[in-house]
Amino acid sequence: MTTQAKPEEASSAGSGGDQPFLSVRDLSVRFSTEDGVVRAVDNLSFDVAPGSTLGIVGESGSGKSVTNLAVLGLHNPDRTEITGSIKLDGQELVGASNRELEKLRGKTMSMIFQDPLTALSPYHTIGKQIGETFRKHTGASKKESRDRAIEMLTRVGIPQPTTRVDDYPHQFSGGMRQRAMIAMALVCDPKLVIADEPTTALDVTVQAQILDLLKDLQQEMGTAIILITHDLGVVARTAQQIMVMYAGRAVERGTVREVLKAPQHPYTWGLLSSMPSLTGDVSVPLRPVRGTPPSLINLPTGCPFNPRCDHREQVIGGGCTTERPPLAPATGHAAACHLSAAQRQDIFIDQIKPRLG
Amino acid sequence: MSNELTLEKPGGAATGSGDALLSIKGVQKHFPVLDGFLFKRQVGAVHAVDGVSLDVFQGESVGLVGESGCGKSTLGRLVTRLLEPTAGEIRYNGQDITHANRKELAPIRSEIQMIFQDPYSSLNPRHTVGSIIGAPMEINGINPKGGIQRRVQELLETVGLNPEHYNRFPHEFSGGQRQRIGVARALSLNPKLIVADEPVSALDVSIQAQVVNLLQELQRELGIAFLFIAHDLSVVRHFSQRVAVMYLGKIVEIADRKSLYEAPRHPYTHALLSAVPEADPDDNRERIRLIGDVPSPLNPPSGCRFRTRCWKAQEKCSVEEPPLIQLSGSLDGHLTACHFPEGDIKRSPEEGSTAAVPEQRAEV
Repeated sequence: MTTQAKPEEASSAGSGGDQPFLSVRDLSVRFSTEDGVVRAVDNLSFDVAPGSTLGIVGESGSGKSVTNLAVLGLHNPDRTEITGSIKLDGQELVGASNRELEKLRGKTMSMIFQDPLTALSPYHTIGKQIGETFRKHTGASKKESRDRAIEMLTRVGIPQPTTRVDDYPHQFSGGMRQRAMIAMALVCDPKLVIADEPTTALDVTVQAQILDLLKDLQQEMGTAIILITHDLGVVARTAQQIMVMYAGRAVERGTVREVLKAPQHPYTWGLLSSMPSLTGDVSVPLRPVRGTPPSLINLPTGCPFNPRCDHREQVIGGGCTTERPPLAPATGHAAACHLSAAQRQDIFIDQIKPRLG
Repeated sequence: MSNELTLEKPGGAATGSGDALLSIKGVQKHFPVLDGFLFKRQVGAVHAVDGVSLDVFQGESVGLVGESGCGKSTLGRLVTRLLEPTAGEIRYNGQDITHANRKELAPIRSEIQMIFQDPYSSLNPRHTVGSIIGAPMEINGINPKGGIQRRVQELLETVGLNPEHYNRFPHEFSGGQRQRIGVARALSLNPKLIVADEPVSALDVSIQAQVVNLLQELQRELGIAFLFIAHDLSVVRHFSQRVAVMYLGKIVEIADRKSLYEAPRHPYTHALLSAVPEADPDDNRERIRLIGDVPSPLNPPSGCRFRTRCWKAQEKCSVEEPPLIQLSGSLDGHLTACHFPEGDIKRSPEEGSTAAVPEQRAEV
């Protein structure tokens, strides 16, 4: 599978002109399990420019979290085989020693986890947990790190930070915990923040607060953000670039406008038409993607989406079950589909667009 | 706290007339908070549901939305009488079931079924799918034509699963399939009312749409009434003809779908709607940032409960609790509890067509 990758395919998703801050090339992550080898990520390439936001969208099991755990080097090396290249500001992370990674984690790159209640330690105060990262990377004293924690809590909008810094996570509400998580991730002014479903556990009003906060902080500090989510609405609101993942591969990527306004891949069509909107016609039933996501141990041959695709018959030559389509073109808005660009355009305008309303 | 909340079904509303299938009036549920060692004494109460009135008519779907902790799940549990209300009245088909005991409830329980949120924890991992779906029939001593197994297979087919899989265990199914099993179990006794507590929020988008479509088909074909509890406003809009918005144990606004989503009168409803992210980069609706979190239901604010987060709050709001009434300018059946309601900001010029709105969105 690795040999299928063409060098041109490895292109910039963050084609902003500047040098990408994070550059992932042909990344594959495999886990060996009792049932066989799980190909969680397969030949994935993408870039993130400094100060920009990349939204990674996909269903559970599409490899979006695994990709980013690989960037942070958080996999168990005994069971995981990682190939390809991950370059953070020019430094190669695949195969880097744990000591090198430790120096980067929390300082240059950090992560915001989905569920703040399980990601925070219940035994330590919020201030201690935020300050710990700061002390480790800067060698600051306890006093300094506490001041820094208060400063960070103020920044993320926690009221009365001087008293709240000594609270334990259970004394915070869900939204405040997520704010504390963000404070912890940003304490060393990292250049890259990976936010893994940062708002999935939150209510819509709190979700809006957190997304605004992330955006404000990004503008203030020029951080690059990778936002992992399954909610296309969240991506539309926060990201500049989108990558849609399916079965461990990127099936479509482009700017938010390109992907949401003129999607090119049948899976993206399916995602968009299965989402109810606040203004759509309610008498039209939703059009979900048929079937269920494939097992990553035993992927369908050819295009991994072919068993669920409604447009398979329209492919001239019928390569869907035999040949894996590459992500093309190399730059800009790209999709991995055997349908010709003209066909996709026609199908989208005739069948999909009216449905989206 | 129990206001007289008149929720008479207006003539012009979306669904059929007649007596309500389920009628709840001024229902309260307070959970005691105990303190002390050995001798527990009550030091307070969580006002989970505080004076809610709501009617559900035959075959209609009523959506219940609100943030976590607003009491929507507790209300669902009160309706199914898994919890006993502290005060108020619940009537099912004219019969008072507020404090009915187990024996009296038995025949009614077969008509009110529940679909749970988490498809993983709501199915017993040690039972086969066949025995899970067949259990309600066994318990109620119902022997359908052709035997329980045949009925189970029919049900599996109805919800879109392979009927040959009745011998499998829950772990052999994916999340969406498990939720279908939960639906089949709820259907097994031909219920008249299903309380669906966040039935799709644990599922992926594409699977979520499959389950929503399934529930919608069932509602149409079998004429089952739904109390659809969810926090996702778009899903509720898609599924329910009438929608009630809850905040801190009270209904703050209730209306039929079109009226609520297009012309919300309560500031909270407006804020909720404006916070929903839409998958549209051109979406530049006015957004309202609510500050802070929902106050504690242990000690709810005086007067209007939303006043602590409301940008329109004035002194009157802290003194006087706004009643849930039909405001001037609202359509029939659109009730709002607010002293200073929102104007007709989003009301579309023509009454009839929702189709006019999506057309504008489609532009590239």
